[in-house]
Amino acid sequence: MNVALGKLNTESPAGELFASARGRLPGSGAVGEARQAAFDEFTRLGLPHRRIEDWKYTDLRALLRKIAPLAPSPDKAALALASKAVKSLKIRGTQKLVLVDGVFVPQLSDVAALESGVGVHSLRETLENDRNPVRAELLRTKLASDAMIALNAAMATDGVVIGIADQAVLAKPVHIVHVSTNSGSAAFTRSLLQVGNGARATLIESFIAAAGAASYQVHDSLVLSIGNDVELEHVRLVEDAPDAANLSTAIVTVGAKARFNTFNLTSGGELSRYQATVLISGEGAHVTTNGVNLLNGRQHADTTLVLDHVVPNGESREIFRAVVDDRAHSVFQGRIIVRPDAQKTDAKMMTRALLLSDEAEADNKPELEIFADDVTCGHGATTGALDDSLLFYLRARGLSEKEAQALLIQAFVGEAIESIANDALRELAIAAARRWLAARG
Amino acid sequence: MPLLEVKDLQVRVEEREILHGLSLTVNEGEVHAIMGPNGSGKSTLSHVIAGKPGYEVTNGEILFRGDDLLEMSPDERAAKGVFLAFQYPVEIPGVATMTFLRTALNAQRKARGESEFSTPDFLKKVREVAKRLNIPQDMLRRGVNVGFSGGEKKRNEILQMALFEPSLCILDEMDSGLDIDALRIAADGVNALRSRDRAIVVITHYQRLLNYIVPDFVHVMSRGRVVKSGGKELALELEASGYAQFEDAAA
Repeated sequence: MNVALGKLNTESPAGELFASARGRLPGSGAVGEARQAAFDEFTRLGLPHRRIEDWKYTDLRALLRKIAPLAPSPDKAALALASKAVKSLKIRGTQKLVLVDGVFVPQLSDVAALESGVGVHSLRETLENDRNPVRAELLRTKLASDAMIALNAAMATDGVVIGIADQAVLAKPVHIVHVSTNSGSAAFTRSLLQVGNGARATLIESFIAAAGAASYQVHDSLVLSIGNDVELEHVRLVEDAPDAANLSTAIVTVGAKARFNTFNLTSGGELSRYQATVLISGEGAHVTTNGVNLLNGRQHADTTLVLDHVVPNGESREIFRAVVDDRAHSVFQGRIIVRPDAQKTDAKMMTRALLLSDEAEADNKPELEIFADDVTCGHGATTGALDDSLLFYLRARGLSEKEAQALLIQAFVGEAIESIANDALRELAIAAARRWLAARG
Repeated sequence: MPLLEVKDLQVRVEEREILHGLSLTVNEGEVHAIMGPNGSGKSTLSHVIAGKPGYEVTNGEILFRGDDLLEMSPDERAAKGVFLAFQYPVEIPGVATMTFLRTALNAQRKARGESEFSTPDFLKKVREVAKRLNIPQDMLRRGVNVGFSGGEKKRNEILQMALFEPSLCILDEMDSGLDIDALRIAADGVNALRSRDRAIVVITHYQRLLNYIVPDFVHVMSRGRVVKSGGKELALELEASGYAQFEDAAA
């Protein structure tokens, strides 16, 4: 833990955060330096605010105000609560990797029963392995500077580092479960998944709260490296406690002729931001990035996707749906970049928002940045209310107002869910949507 | 007690009065036809009975088995046994016809305090009714009315009618957009539902439909009122002489 103290301003709340946490942050030497550099970056940038274009609709200085202190490592009682929460998910037949308050917990995970071709290490042990020459790289990204990515790199306590071997065909999904048991503190996790050439796999991420957890913060990063000819399907479900914050980043690179199908559903949390950057760096890849926000009360959820076509013959599809009730606020930002070499790119993006109350708000910001001349690109965005004539038809057939709305909302989000190819994963997404609808009454 | 009693009904839509004191009594087992020119208020009457929002009832009442229908939400009316076959059934993409039918049927049964249908019982019932109406199974797998022809949409309405077994069926311009073959199939479906404990109200502009669904009573509407009532021969009279004579009567 040889981090130079000189640069730290412990007077600032953020500086104090890092200073008080550092004794618990794994990795020394190059890792410590990488953390310091990342923290300096965060200090320089500060919490993102509305004048930063990428954060225009999600001003963390107003919405988050401050980064909560590092969550304590879970004790026995916390692990018991976490275990209960994982069981209540009722997701069976997966290879669970459970992170509790930012700490990988092997005894709650299926580490002993991993399929062949899957290797899992904790981020902590990887960062602490002095014989690993590239361990500090795990904390670095090649992306443009972003305060929250930098903060995550500086503060990451743990996570899972998963390797899937070339040509491996997994029968069971890999399932990363983030459980929060704490109140008022923050967990910082960073996970990496490398999928070898020709492999086929599915990945589920769940974000949930144990009973009693409240006002916590989740800061997560996921780095996905997808090899050539890979088929990877990814479903991410954010069902955090109603007053929690979830600030997550996914950094994805997709190899040649790979098929990557990713779906995010955010229904929990008071404040959430999911920013995903997908770099299509191999020719002939096909990427689908769909998402759904289901929001009510005073929830604020921001899904920001960047699809970066670097090479020719890539195909990408984005379907996003937001259902916004009460005084909730949904944000969708979708940027498609087609670099000069990425000829014959075929990219489409469609975002639709459904407002269920007069005070609900949805912001859609689709952007195309096209630098190649032989491409097919398109985007569309609509915002509206439920169709009164459809509602009346359903009610005239005996459905109550809520039942009629629920059926139309399911149909509305169904278009984004339909593209999930794996039946079990699709059912998970549908079940999460139904849970939200049922909670509306 | 009559099944349906409409008494001196006055209805406004956005400041304009459409119905100016309409009265109508329908008993169980009867088939009534309501005829009239465009704009006479026929569809408004059907919408107000079904509970469509946007209509303001300024006077009068609608009783269903003696209960105040205007106090009920559209779904409560459906559960009580009121069914409106829409002139233009809506398309609902993303909602599978089977899901819709089961949700609706069970919602009505639940509201009446009856047990919900189990999936096998429900499927059996739908297949039975669909077969009778010559509705192919693939139609039931599609989204509600999505990609249906005009005739298929109307048959889907009659399928629902047969499934929900309402006591009062109101058919709003069932013949619009149908060719003669489609009309015959639809009319056969309706006739199969005629029974002693069910009333049917057929709203139509043309006498043609009444060759297939023969009414017990015919009412002529003009300018928001019933201006003449009679037996089925009144429809033939209208066919011969047109609505003009009644427009004068209503003025």
